Amino acid sequence: MKLTLRIWRQRNADADGAMSTYEVDGVSADMSFLEMLDTLNEDLILQGEDPVAFDHDCREGICGACSLVINGDAHGPERTTTCQLHMRSFHDGDTIDIEPWRAAAFPLVKDLVVDRSAFDRIIQAGGYVTAPTGAAPEAHATPVPKPDADFAFEHAECIGCGACVAACPNGAAMLFTSAKINHLNTLPQGAPERETRVLDMVAKMDEEGFGGCTLAGECATACPKGIPLVSITGMNKEWLRATRKAGGR
Amino acid sequence: MARTVWDSSVGKKTVMAVSGLIMLLYLVVHMIGNLKIFFGPGEFNHYAHWLRTVGEPFMHYEWTLWLIRVVLVVAVVAHATSAYQLSRRDLRARPDKYVHRKARTSYATRTMRWGGTILALFIVWHLLDLTTGTVHSGGFQPGHPYQNVVDTFSTWYGDVIYIVAMLALGLHIRHGFWSAAQTLGVGDRARDRALKTVANILALLLTAGFLAVPVAVMTGVVS
Repeated sequence: MKLTLRIWRQRNADADGAMSTYEVDGVSADMSFLEMLDTLNEDLILQGEDPVAFDHDCREGICGACSLVINGDAHGPERTTTCQLHMRSFHDGDTIDIEPWRAAAFPLVKDLVVDRSAFDRIIQAGGYVTAPTGAAPEAHATPVPKPDADFAFEHAECIGCGACVAACPNGAAMLFTSAKINHLNTLPQGAPERETRVLDMVAKMDEEGFGGCTLAGECATACPKGIPLVSITGMNKEWLRATRKAGGR
Repeated sequence: MARTVWDSSVGKKTVMAVSGLIMLLYLVVHMIGNLKIFFGPGEFNHYAHWLRTVGEPFMHYEWTLWLIRVVLVVAVVAHATSAYQLSRRDLRARPDKYVHRKARTSYATRTMRWGGTILALFIVWHLLDLTTGTVHSGGFQPGHPYQNVVDTFSTWYGDVIYIVAMLALGLHIRHGFWSAAQTLGVGDRARDRALKTVANILALLLTAGFLAVPVAVMTGVVS
Protein backbone atom coordinates (compact mmCIF):
# COMPACT_ATOMS: atom_id res chain seq x y z
CA MET A 1 0.00 0.00 0.00
CA LYS A 2 1.13 3.47 -0.84
CA LEU A 3 -0.36 6.26 1.24
CA THR A 4 -0.28 10.03 1.45
CA LEU A 5 -0.27 11.32 5.02
CA ARG A 6 -1.13 14.85 5.99
CA ILE A 7 0.17 15.27 9.53
CA TRP A 8 -0.06 18.19 11.96
CA ARG A 9 3.49 19.33 12.69
CA GLN A 10 4.18 21.83 15.44
CA ARG A 11 7.59 22.26 17.07
CA ASN A 12 6.22 23.24 20.49
CA ALA A 13 3.26 24.83 22.24
CA ASP A 14 4.26 28.36 21.23
CA ALA A 15 5.22 27.66 17.61
CA ASP A 16 2.79 27.83 14.71
CA GLY A 17 1.68 24.48 13.39
CA ALA A 18 0.58 23.30 9.97
CA MET A 19 -0.35 20.15 8.10
CA SER A 20 2.69 18.59 6.34
CA THR A 21 2.38 16.02 3.58
CA TYR A 22 4.37 12.75 3.56
CA GLU A 23 4.35 9.70 1.31
CA VAL A 24 4.73 6.21 2.80
CA ASP A 25 5.26 3.16 0.64
CA GLY A 26 5.26 -0.57 1.36
CA VAL A 27 2.57 -0.39 4.03
CA SER A 28 1.19 -3.83 4.85
CA ALA A 29 -2.51 -4.29 5.61
CA ASP A 30 -1.48 -6.19 8.76
CA MET A 31 0.39 -3.22 10.23
CA SER A 32 -1.20 -1.28 13.02
CA PHE A 33 -1.65 2.43 12.44
CA LEU A 34 1.19 3.16 14.88
CA GLU A 35 3.50 0.71 13.09
CA MET A 36 2.75 2.57 9.88
CA LEU A 37 3.81 5.81 11.63
CA ASP A 38 6.94 4.03 12.93
CA THR A 39 7.85 3.26 9.29
CA LEU A 40 7.39 6.89 8.39
CA ASN A 41 9.56 7.96 11.33
CA GLU A 42 12.33 5.53 10.36
CA ASP A 43 12.39 7.11 6.90
CA LEU A 44 12.37 10.61 8.38
CA ILE A 45 15.28 9.79 10.71
CA LEU A 46 17.30 8.32 7.82
CA GLN A 47 16.68 11.51 5.86
CA GLY A 48 17.89 13.53 8.83
CA GLU A 49 14.47 15.00 9.52
CA ASP A 50 12.64 15.38 12.82
CA PRO A 51 10.41 12.32 13.40
CA VAL A 52 6.70 12.84 14.08
CA ALA A 53 6.00 12.89 17.83
CA PHE A 54 2.99 10.83 18.93
CA ASP A 55 1.91 9.19 22.19
CA HIS A 56 1.84 5.40 22.56
CA ASP A 57 2.58 2.82 25.20
CA CYS A 58 1.06 -0.65 25.56
CA ARG A 59 -0.12 -0.98 21.94
CA GLU A 60 -2.68 -3.47 23.25
CA GLY A 61 -5.61 -1.09 23.53
CA ILE A 62 -5.66 -1.03 27.31
CA CYS A 63 -3.46 1.81 28.53
CA GLY A 64 -5.08 4.88 26.97
CA ALA A 65 -1.80 6.48 25.88
CA CYS A 66 -2.36 6.58 22.13
CA SER A 67 -4.49 9.26 20.60
CA LEU A 68 -4.70 10.84 17.08
CA VAL A 69 -7.66 12.22 15.21
CA ILE A 70 -7.59 10.30 11.93
CA ASN A 71 -9.64 11.74 9.07
CA GLY A 72 -11.70 13.66 11.60
CA ASP A 73 -12.40 10.65 13.84
CA ALA A 74 -10.79 10.26 17.27
CA HIS A 75 -8.86 6.93 17.06
CA GLY A 76 -9.83 6.63 13.39
CA PRO A 77 -12.61 4.81 11.53
CA GLU A 78 -12.86 1.69 13.72
CA ARG A 79 -14.30 1.67 17.21
CA THR A 80 -11.03 0.93 18.96
CA THR A 81 -7.83 2.64 20.01
CA THR A 82 -5.37 3.88 17.38
CA CYS A 83 -2.89 1.16 18.34
CA GLN A 84 -5.52 -1.50 17.57
CA LEU A 85 -6.48 0.15 14.29
CA HIS A 86 -4.99 -1.74 11.38
CA MET A 87 -4.07 -0.55 7.92
CA ARG A 88 -6.60 -2.96 6.39
CA SER A 89 -9.14 -0.26 7.27
CA PHE A 90 -7.53 1.88 4.55
CA HIS A 91 -6.98 1.47 0.83
CA ASP A 92 -3.97 1.85 -1.45
CA GLY A 93 -3.64 5.47 -2.58
CA ASP A 94 -5.63 6.92 0.34
CA THR A 95 -4.84 10.32 1.77
CA ILE A 96 -5.04 10.24 5.57
CA ASP A 97 -5.30 13.35 7.76
CA ILE A 98 -3.71 12.96 11.20
CA GLU A 99 -4.27 15.62 13.85
CA PRO A 100 -3.78 15.88 17.61
CA TRP A 101 -6.62 15.95 20.19
CA ARG A 102 -7.99 19.48 20.11
CA ALA A 103 -9.15 21.02 23.40
CA ALA A 104 -8.12 24.03 25.46
CA ALA A 105 -7.71 21.75 28.48
CA PHE A 106 -5.28 19.52 26.52
CA PRO A 107 -2.47 21.92 25.55
CA LEU A 108 -0.31 20.75 22.66
CA VAL A 109 3.20 19.62 23.55
CA LYS A 110 4.61 18.73 20.13
CA ASP A 111 3.21 17.52 16.80
CA LEU A 112 0.51 15.00 17.77
CA VAL A 113 1.27 14.91 21.51
CA VAL A 114 -0.99 16.76 23.91
CA ASP A 115 -0.82 17.14 27.69
CA ARG A 116 -3.71 15.20 29.21
CA SER A 117 -2.76 15.74 32.85
CA ALA A 118 -6.03 17.64 33.37
CA PHE A 119 -7.58 14.14 33.54
CA ASP A 120 -5.18 13.19 36.34
CA ARG A 121 -6.26 16.26 38.30
CA ILE A 122 -9.94 15.34 37.86
CA ILE A 123 -9.12 11.88 39.25
CA GLN A 124 -7.21 13.45 42.16
CA ALA A 125 -10.30 15.49 42.98
CA GLY A 126 -12.37 12.39 43.78
CA GLY A 127 -11.65 9.40 41.57
CA TYR A 128 -10.57 7.18 44.45
CA VAL A 129 -12.00 5.21 47.38
CA THR A 130 -10.99 5.42 51.03
CA ALA A 131 -9.90 1.82 51.41
CA PRO A 132 -7.88 0.35 54.26
CA THR A 133 -4.52 -0.87 53.02
CA GLY A 134 -3.06 -4.22 53.94
CA ALA A 135 -3.98 -7.75 52.95
CA ALA A 136 -6.69 -8.22 50.34
CA PRO A 137 -10.10 -8.43 52.05
CA GLU A 138 -12.20 -11.57 51.83
CA ALA A 139 -14.09 -11.35 48.53
CA HIS A 140 -17.52 -12.03 50.03
CA ALA A 141 -17.18 -9.54 52.87
CA THR A 142 -18.77 -6.79 50.80
CA PRO A 143 -21.61 -8.16 48.68
CA VAL A 144 -22.20 -6.37 45.35
CA PRO A 145 -25.41 -7.17 43.43
CA LYS A 146 -24.66 -8.56 39.97
CA PRO A 147 -26.39 -5.71 38.05
CA ASP A 148 -24.39 -3.14 40.05
CA ALA A 149 -21.16 -5.02 39.39
CA ASP A 150 -21.92 -5.12 35.66
CA PHE A 151 -22.84 -1.42 35.58
CA ALA A 152 -19.70 -0.44 37.50
CA PHE A 153 -17.53 -2.60 35.28
CA GLU A 154 -18.95 -1.12 32.10
CA HIS A 155 -17.85 2.31 33.31
CA ALA A 156 -14.58 1.05 34.79
CA GLU A 157 -13.56 0.15 31.24
CA CYS A 158 -12.70 3.80 30.60
CA ILE A 159 -8.95 4.02 29.89
CA GLY A 160 -8.81 7.83 30.09
CA CYS A 161 -7.51 8.28 26.54
CA GLY A 162 -9.40 11.53 26.01
CA ALA A 163 -11.14 10.58 22.74
CA CYS A 164 -14.40 11.88 24.23
CA VAL A 165 -12.87 15.33 24.73
CA ALA A 166 -11.31 15.27 21.26
CA ALA A 167 -14.60 14.31 19.59
CA CYS A 168 -16.80 16.68 21.61
CA PRO A 169 -17.65 19.90 19.73
CA ASN A 170 -17.38 21.67 23.11
CA GLY A 171 -14.17 20.01 24.29
CA ALA A 172 -16.08 18.61 27.27
CA ALA A 173 -14.80 15.92 29.63
CA MET A 174 -18.29 14.84 30.68
CA LEU A 175 -18.04 11.23 29.45
CA PHE A 176 -14.66 10.64 31.10
CA THR A 177 -15.77 12.17 34.40
CA SER A 178 -19.14 10.43 34.35
CA ALA A 179 -17.52 7.04 33.68
CA LYS A 180 -15.33 7.43 36.78
CA ILE A 181 -18.21 8.67 38.94
CA ASN A 182 -20.65 5.95 37.85
CA HIS A 183 -17.98 3.30 38.35
CA LEU A 184 -17.16 4.28 41.94
CA ASN A 185 -20.56 5.59 43.07
CA THR A 186 -22.26 2.30 42.16
CA LEU A 187 -20.03 0.17 44.39
CA PRO A 188 -20.28 -0.05 48.20
CA GLN A 189 -16.54 0.69 48.40
CA GLY A 190 -17.18 4.09 46.85
CA ALA A 191 -20.17 4.98 49.04
CA PRO A 192 -18.40 7.07 51.73
CA GLU A 193 -17.37 9.69 49.15
CA ARG A 194 -20.47 9.38 46.97
CA GLU A 195 -21.50 13.05 47.28
CA THR A 196 -18.10 14.75 47.59
CA ARG A 197 -16.78 12.72 44.65
CA VAL A 198 -19.29 13.99 42.11
CA LEU A 199 -19.26 17.59 43.39
CA ASP A 200 -15.46 17.80 43.50
CA MET A 201 -14.81 16.05 40.19
CA VAL A 202 -17.38 18.15 38.31
CA ALA A 203 -15.99 21.34 39.89
CA LYS A 204 -12.45 20.32 38.87
CA MET A 205 -13.61 19.48 35.37
CA ASP A 206 -15.05 23.01 35.03
CA GLU A 207 -11.94 24.56 36.57
CA GLU A 208 -9.66 22.80 34.06
CA GLY A 209 -11.40 24.62 31.20
CA PHE A 210 -13.36 21.75 29.67
CA GLY A 211 -16.61 22.72 27.95
CA GLY A 212 -20.13 21.74 28.91
CA CYS A 213 -22.38 19.02 27.55
CA THR A 214 -24.82 19.78 24.72
CA LEU A 215 -25.68 16.08 24.33
CA ALA A 216 -24.34 15.94 20.80
CA GLY A 217 -23.35 12.33 21.50
CA GLU A 218 -20.02 12.48 19.66
CA CYS A 219 -18.11 11.35 22.76
CA ALA A 220 -19.94 8.04 23.06
CA THR A 221 -19.52 7.42 19.32
CA ALA A 222 -15.77 7.99 19.57
CA CYS A 223 -15.17 6.08 22.83
CA PRO A 224 -13.01 3.02 22.09
CA LYS A 225 -14.39 1.32 25.20
CA GLY A 226 -18.06 1.93 24.45
CA ILE A 227 -18.91 4.07 27.49
CA PRO A 228 -22.56 4.95 26.76
CA LEU A 229 -23.99 8.47 26.54
CA VAL A 230 -26.43 7.71 29.39
CA SER A 231 -23.36 7.65 31.61
CA ILE A 232 -23.57 11.47 31.51
CA THR A 233 -27.23 11.31 32.52
CA GLY A 234 -26.21 9.19 35.48
CA MET A 235 -23.59 11.74 36.52
CA ASN A 236 -26.12 14.59 36.26
CA LYS A 237 -28.45 12.59 38.51
CA GLU A 238 -25.67 12.01 41.05
CA TRP A 239 -24.69 15.68 40.92
CA LEU A 240 -28.25 16.88 41.55
CA ARG A 241 -28.65 14.38 44.41
CA ALA A 242 -25.38 15.47 45.99
CA THR A 243 -26.22 19.15 45.61
CA ARG A 244 -29.59 18.65 47.31
CA LYS A 245 -28.03 16.59 50.10
CA ALA A 246 -25.00 18.77 50.69
CA GLY A 247 -27.02 21.95 50.35
CA GLY A 248 -24.32 23.28 48.08
CA ARG A 249 -21.58 23.04 50.76
CA MET B 1 -26.95 25.99 46.99
CA ALA B 2 -28.06 28.50 44.35
CA ARG B 3 -24.41 29.58 44.05
CA THR B 4 -23.22 25.97 43.54
CA VAL B 5 -25.85 25.42 40.85
CA TRP B 6 -25.13 28.65 38.97
CA ASP B 7 -21.33 28.28 39.15
CA SER B 8 -21.29 24.73 37.80
CA SER B 9 -21.66 23.85 34.12
CA VAL B 10 -23.87 20.93 35.15
CA GLY B 11 -25.94 23.22 37.40
CA LYS B 12 -26.38 25.82 34.69
CA LYS B 13 -27.63 23.11 32.36
CA THR B 14 -30.20 22.26 35.06
CA VAL B 15 -31.36 25.89 34.97
CA MET B 16 -31.69 25.58 31.18
CA ALA B 17 -33.62 22.32 31.46
CA VAL B 18 -36.10 23.60 34.06
CA SER B 19 -36.68 26.98 32.36
CA GLY B 20 -37.02 25.21 29.01
CA LEU B 21 -39.65 22.84 30.39
CA ILE B 22 -41.62 25.76 31.88
CA MET B 23 -41.64 27.45 28.46
CA LEU B 24 -42.56 24.18 26.76
CA LEU B 25 -45.56 23.73 29.08
CA TYR B 26 -46.65 27.27 28.28
CA LEU B 27 -46.31 26.62 24.55
CA VAL B 28 -48.59 23.58 24.71
CA VAL B 29 -51.30 25.71 26.39
CA HIS B 30 -50.67 28.59 23.98
CA MET B 31 -50.95 26.34 20.93
CA ILE B 32 -54.23 24.79 22.10
CA GLY B 33 -55.59 28.29 22.76
CA ASN B 34 -54.59 29.41 19.26
CA LEU B 35 -56.65 26.64 17.68
CA LYS B 36 -59.83 28.37 18.94
CA ILE B 37 -59.41 30.70 15.97
CA PHE B 38 -60.99 27.95 13.85
CA PHE B 39 -64.27 28.39 15.76
CA GLY B 40 -64.78 32.01 14.72
CA PRO B 41 -64.11 35.48 16.10
CA GLY B 42 -66.67 35.12 18.91
CA GLU B 43 -65.05 32.12 20.59
CA PHE B 44 -61.47 33.29 19.96
CA ASN B 45 -62.02 36.80 21.34
CA HIS B 46 -63.97 35.40 24.27
CA TYR B 47 -61.10 33.04 25.07
CA ALA B 48 -58.63 35.95 24.89
CA HIS B 49 -60.79 37.93 27.30
CA TRP B 50 -61.11 34.97 29.64
CA LEU B 51 -57.30 34.85 29.93
CA ARG B 52 -57.59 38.21 31.72
CA THR B 53 -60.32 37.10 34.12
CA VAL B 54 -58.87 33.69 35.14
CA GLY B 55 -59.00 33.14 38.86
CA GLU B 56 -61.62 35.81 39.58
CA PRO B 57 -62.88 36.70 42.09
CA PHE B 58 -59.79 35.59 44.05
CA MET B 59 -57.52 37.16 41.48
CA HIS B 60 -58.13 40.68 40.27
CA TYR B 61 -58.57 41.38 36.53
CA GLU B 62 -55.32 40.39 34.68
CA TRP B 63 -53.51 39.27 37.85
CA THR B 64 -53.21 35.66 36.69
CA LEU B 65 -52.07 36.79 33.28
CA TRP B 66 -49.35 39.00 34.77
CA LEU B 67 -48.25 36.20 37.10
CA ILE B 68 -47.79 33.94 34.07
CA ARG B 69 -45.96 36.74 32.25
CA VAL B 70 -43.53 37.21 35.16
CA VAL B 71 -42.79 33.47 35.34
CA LEU B 72 -42.21 33.40 31.58
CA VAL B 73 -39.89 36.41 31.59
CA VAL B 74 -37.85 34.82 34.39
CA ALA B 75 -37.72 31.55 32.43
CA VAL B 76 -36.67 33.27 29.18
CA VAL B 77 -33.98 35.35 30.90
CA ALA B 78 -32.63 32.36 32.86
CA HIS B 79 -32.64 30.16 29.73
CA ALA B 80 -30.93 32.76 27.53
CA THR B 81 -28.36 33.83 30.13
CA SER B 82 -27.27 30.29 30.91
CA ALA B 83 -27.23 29.43 27.20
CA TYR B 84 -25.00 32.42 26.51
CA GLN B 85 -22.62 31.66 29.37
CA LEU B 86 -22.44 27.94 28.60
CA SER B 87 -21.84 28.63 24.90
CA ARG B 88 -19.00 31.01 25.78
CA ARG B 89 -17.45 28.26 27.90
CA ASP B 90 -17.90 25.68 25.13
CA LEU B 91 -16.30 27.89 22.48
CA ARG B 92 -13.36 28.68 24.77
CA ALA B 93 -12.87 24.97 25.47
CA ARG B 94 -12.36 24.20 21.76
CA PRO B 95 -10.40 27.14 20.33
CA ASP B 96 -8.64 25.22 17.53
CA LYS B 97 -10.78 23.54 14.90
CA TYR B 98 -9.86 20.32 13.15
CA VAL B 99 -8.56 20.63 9.60
CA HIS B 100 -10.49 17.50 8.64
CA ARG B 101 -14.04 18.26 9.76
CA LYS B 102 -16.99 15.96 9.95
CA ALA B 103 -20.56 16.93 10.79
CA ARG B 104 -22.06 13.94 12.51
CA THR B 105 -24.45 15.42 15.04
CA SER B 106 -28.07 15.82 14.01
CA TYR B 107 -29.35 19.02 12.41
CA ALA B 108 -31.46 19.76 15.50
CA THR B 109 -28.38 19.51 17.75
CA ARG B 110 -26.25 21.74 15.56
CA THR B 111 -28.89 24.46 15.28
CA MET B 112 -29.63 24.83 19.01
CA ARG B 113 -27.67 28.08 19.37
CA TRP B 114 -28.80 29.76 16.15
CA GLY B 115 -32.30 28.38 16.58
CA GLY B 116 -32.44 29.81 20.09
CA THR B 117 -31.30 33.21 18.81
CA ILE B 118 -33.98 33.15 16.10
CA LEU B 119 -36.60 32.27 18.71
CA ALA B 120 -35.50 35.10 21.02
CA LEU B 121 -35.77 37.62 18.17
CA PHE B 122 -39.12 36.13 17.21
CA ILE B 123 -40.49 36.56 20.76
CA VAL B 124 -39.61 40.27 20.64
CA TRP B 125 -41.31 40.71 17.27
CA HIS B 126 -44.30 38.61 18.33
CA LEU B 127 -44.92 40.73 21.45
CA LEU B 128 -44.50 44.00 19.54
CA ASP B 129 -46.85 42.68 16.88
CA LEU B 130 -49.73 41.05 18.74
CA THR B 131 -49.43 42.16 22.39
CA THR B 132 -48.49 45.83 22.18
CA GLY B 133 -49.31 46.32 18.49
CA THR B 134 -46.23 48.51 17.98
CA VAL B 135 -45.13 46.88 14.72
CA HIS B 136 -48.58 45.60 13.78
CA SER B 137 -49.63 45.88 10.14
CA GLY B 138 -52.86 47.85 9.76
CA GLY B 139 -54.72 49.27 12.73
CA PHE B 140 -54.06 47.24 15.90
CA GLN B 141 -57.26 46.85 17.91
CA PRO B 142 -56.78 45.90 21.58
CA GLY B 143 -59.45 43.40 22.61
CA HIS B 144 -59.93 42.12 19.06
CA PRO B 145 -57.22 39.47 18.72
CA TYR B 146 -59.04 37.60 15.92
CA GLN B 147 -58.79 40.56 13.53
CA ASN B 148 -55.23 41.32 14.65
CA VAL B 149 -54.11 37.74 13.92
CA VAL B 150 -55.75 37.80 10.49
CA ASP B 151 -54.06 41.15 9.74
CA THR B 152 -50.61 39.82 10.70
CA PHE B 153 -50.90 36.70 8.58
CA SER B 154 -52.26 38.67 5.62
CA THR B 155 -48.78 40.12 5.13
CA TRP B 156 -46.07 38.04 3.46
CA TYR B 157 -43.42 39.00 6.03
CA GLY B 158 -45.74 38.13 8.91
CA ASP B 159 -46.10 34.64 7.48
CA VAL B 160 -42.39 34.22 6.69
CA ILE B 161 -41.21 35.33 10.16
CA TYR B 162 -43.75 33.09 11.85
CA ILE B 163 -43.09 30.00 9.73
CA VAL B 164 -39.29 30.25 10.08
CA ALA B 165 -39.63 30.70 13.85
CA MET B 166 -41.99 27.74 14.22
CA LEU B 167 -39.67 25.45 12.25
CA ALA B 168 -36.82 26.60 14.49
CA LEU B 169 -39.04 25.88 17.48
CA GLY B 170 -39.72 22.33 16.33
CA LEU B 171 -36.00 21.58 15.95
CA HIS B 172 -35.23 23.26 19.29
CA ILE B 173 -37.80 21.14 21.13
CA ARG B 174 -36.73 17.94 19.38
CA HIS B 175 -33.23 18.17 20.85
CA GLY B 176 -34.16 20.28 23.89
CA PHE B 177 -36.80 18.07 25.47
CA TRP B 178 -34.70 14.93 25.31
CA SER B 179 -31.63 16.85 26.53
CA ALA B 180 -33.57 18.29 29.47
CA ALA B 181 -34.42 14.74 30.54
CA GLN B 182 -30.72 13.79 30.43
CA THR B 183 -29.70 16.92 32.32
CA LEU B 184 -32.25 16.25 35.03
CA GLY B 185 -30.99 12.68 35.25
CA VAL B 186 -34.28 10.98 34.39
CA GLY B 187 -33.12 9.36 31.13
CA ASP B 188 -31.81 5.81 31.03
CA ARG B 189 -31.43 3.05 28.46
CA ALA B 190 -34.93 1.70 28.90
CA ARG B 191 -36.58 5.10 28.61
CA ASP B 192 -34.36 6.52 25.89
CA ARG B 193 -36.54 5.54 22.94
CA ALA B 194 -39.70 6.72 24.72
CA LEU B 195 -38.12 10.08 25.57
CA LYS B 196 -36.99 10.59 21.98
CA THR B 197 -40.46 9.68 20.70
CA VAL B 198 -42.14 12.11 23.11
CA ALA B 199 -39.66 14.83 22.04
CA ASN B 200 -40.46 14.24 18.37
CA ILE B 201 -44.22 14.14 18.96
CA LEU B 202 -44.12 17.36 20.99
CA ALA B 203 -41.99 19.06 18.35
CA LEU B 204 -44.29 17.94 15.54
CA LEU B 205 -47.56 18.74 17.32
CA LEU B 206 -46.42 22.19 18.42
CA THR B 207 -45.00 23.12 15.01
CA ALA B 208 -48.07 21.83 13.17
CA GLY B 209 -50.49 23.37 15.68
CA PHE B 210 -48.85 26.79 15.54
CA LEU B 211 -48.43 26.70 11.75
CA ALA B 212 -52.10 25.81 11.25
CA VAL B 213 -53.07 29.44 11.99
CA PRO B 214 -50.99 31.29 9.33
CA VAL B 215 -51.71 28.51 6.82
CA ALA B 216 -55.45 28.88 7.50
CA VAL B 217 -55.27 32.65 6.98
CA MET B 218 -53.18 32.25 3.82
CA THR B 219 -55.62 29.74 2.34
CA GLY B 220 -58.63 31.79 3.39
CA VAL B 221 -60.03 29.22 5.85
CA VAL B 222 -59.79 31.90 8.53
CA SER B 223 -60.53 35.46 7.42
